[in-house]
Amino acid sequence: MLDLQDILKTFNPGTANEVRALRGVTLTLERGSFLIIIGTNGSGKSTLLNAVAGTFRVDSGSITLAGQDITGQPEHRRARLIGRVFQNPFSGTAPNMSIAENLALAARRGQPRGLGWALDHKLRAQIRDRIRSLNMGLEDRIDNAIGTLSGGQRQALTLLMASWLKPDLLLLDEHTAALDPKSADQVIRLTHEIIQRDQLTTLMVTHSMQQAVHLGDRIIMMHRGQVIEDLRGAEKRRLRVDDLLARFEEVRRADRLDETAAELLRTRYV
Amino acid sequence: MTLLIGAATIGLVLALLALGVYLSFRIFNFPDITADGSITLGAAVASILLVHHWSPVVATLAGFMAGVVAGTLTGVLHTKFKINGLLSGILVMTALYSVNLHVMGKSNIPLLNESTLANQAESLATRLLGGGKSEFLLAGWTVGVRDAALLVGVLLVVIAVGLALYLFFRTNLGTAMRAAGDNPQMVCALGVSVDFIIILGLALSNGLIALSGALLAQYQGFADVQMGIGIVVWGLASVIIGEALVGTKKIGVLITGAVMGSVLFRLLVAIALRWGLNPNDLKLITAAFVFAALVTPAALRKLRLASKPAAT
Repeated sequence: MLDLQDILKTFNPGTANEVRALRGVTLTLERGSFLIIIGTNGSGKSTLLNAVAGTFRVDSGSITLAGQDITGQPEHRRARLIGRVFQNPFSGTAPNMSIAENLALAARRGQPRGLGWALDHKLRAQIRDRIRSLNMGLEDRIDNAIGTLSGGQRQALTLLMASWLKPDLLLLDEHTAALDPKSADQVIRLTHEIIQRDQLTTLMVTHSMQQAVHLGDRIIMMHRGQVIEDLRGAEKRRLRVDDLLARFEEVRRADRLDETAAELLRTRYV
Repeated sequence: MTLLIGAATIGLVLALLALGVYLSFRIFNFPDITADGSITLGAAVASILLVHHWSPVVATLAGFMAGVVAGTLTGVLHTKFKINGLLSGILVMTALYSVNLHVMGKSNIPLLNESTLANQAESLATRLLGGGKSEFLLAGWTVGVRDAALLVGVLLVVIAVGLALYLFFRTNLGTAMRAAGDNPQMVCALGVSVDFIIILGLALSNGLIALSGALLAQYQGFADVQMGIGIVVWGLASVIIGEALVGTKKIGVLITGAVMGSVLFRLLVAIALRWGLNPNDLKLITAAFVFAALVTPAALRKLRLASKPAAT
């Protein structure tokens, strides 16, 4: 379904701020699988997601999604295959437009937009139905501006928008990190429901060890722009929060060892 | 009375400018100075075609199209060449000054002897009223037939354009355009090329502004290469007054507001000039007014917060 071959990406090459964000990531995802991505800060989790979404072009490597090579396609072209929910609840919706208008935009994701009416009775009825299923009491407020809603409500709507037309790939970029615990729970439950119902192929970046353990059927851990762990099936199901924390600690210790070794070499030979 | 009708008519003609500025400045938050050049471009193109005896309707539409081209250019500079929005506008505006001189062939084209939309409206009105009268009585006021015909004619054009714009904003493309101004990241994630939408929006905006110029030239009976200087601030003033008048964020109401703002602003200016305001000070006062209008809302909010700090 999704196939990443040896993805390389360096930001600000040749300058003092050079960051080798992705250093040869290869990853194959089957249709319907739900992959959790965890990793230390700056490990390249979000960069990987953005590379798939097309926020930037990768330096080398290829990205194939649903049988199409999308490596060279700009972000808005890939959007016909990909639904996205961002970390920031403000990123996924247009605040000054109504709930209905936002969803109407999502209902034509990746399709040509002409001079037909954006909203008709049929679509409004559909929107009201789907919003009712969120159980947030928003179905009577679909003409209100989205800017008046809370972060959790917005994130739930963004999720609805991203999955309105069943996407070939759903990208979730720490989409509950900016929410209070209660809203985060609600959004995670909704995420689970939608992915189950539509059997969506999903990439989800998260900081929450609980989410990492309880969601998904496969997990990868990233560190310094590479995939250092890849668990699936029974291994993934057996995984506990403590296992993850231990693995993180191991990575940290190895890092520190690297630094000490480098320091030692420097003082001794330079 | 003639003064008021004249002011209202010019206000309505410039309402098209206000709609154009509303589109670029409020929808995209893009202060598009191309307006200064494109309003003159619209006037120049329409006038030169009228001098060559083209049909006034065709000449006016050609003015609109010229503005569309100018706006497209600004949009391409901004999106494809990544030039700062303000600078893209300045570049195109500056270039247009020379273009306008070339189009016109001289710095001023009089239209007094040409068949214009204004003359056509007048002769139509005369025929409707029957007989060769040049004035008639309306509720006790003597009104010139030409003045009344122009006012009604321009009003119809503005209503048609405003309605078309309102309907456009409710289509798939128009909704995408509004969303592109509101949240470009989201629109991109939903499969819309933001670059394309910005170019389209600026083209439409400058088309409206050039249309305003084409009508203005026909109303005042001449096109002048200097007529656009500072006009974008005029448009901004109209949009801001309009927003203050209507006070909501509903798109249809805001369009009406921009039109009303333009007319009101022109009336205020006419009255101020009548009271002895030095015309040379007009642009200074307009700029000062726009400054005040841009700053006041934030200042008021601060005052309100300071007066009741306990409020949450």
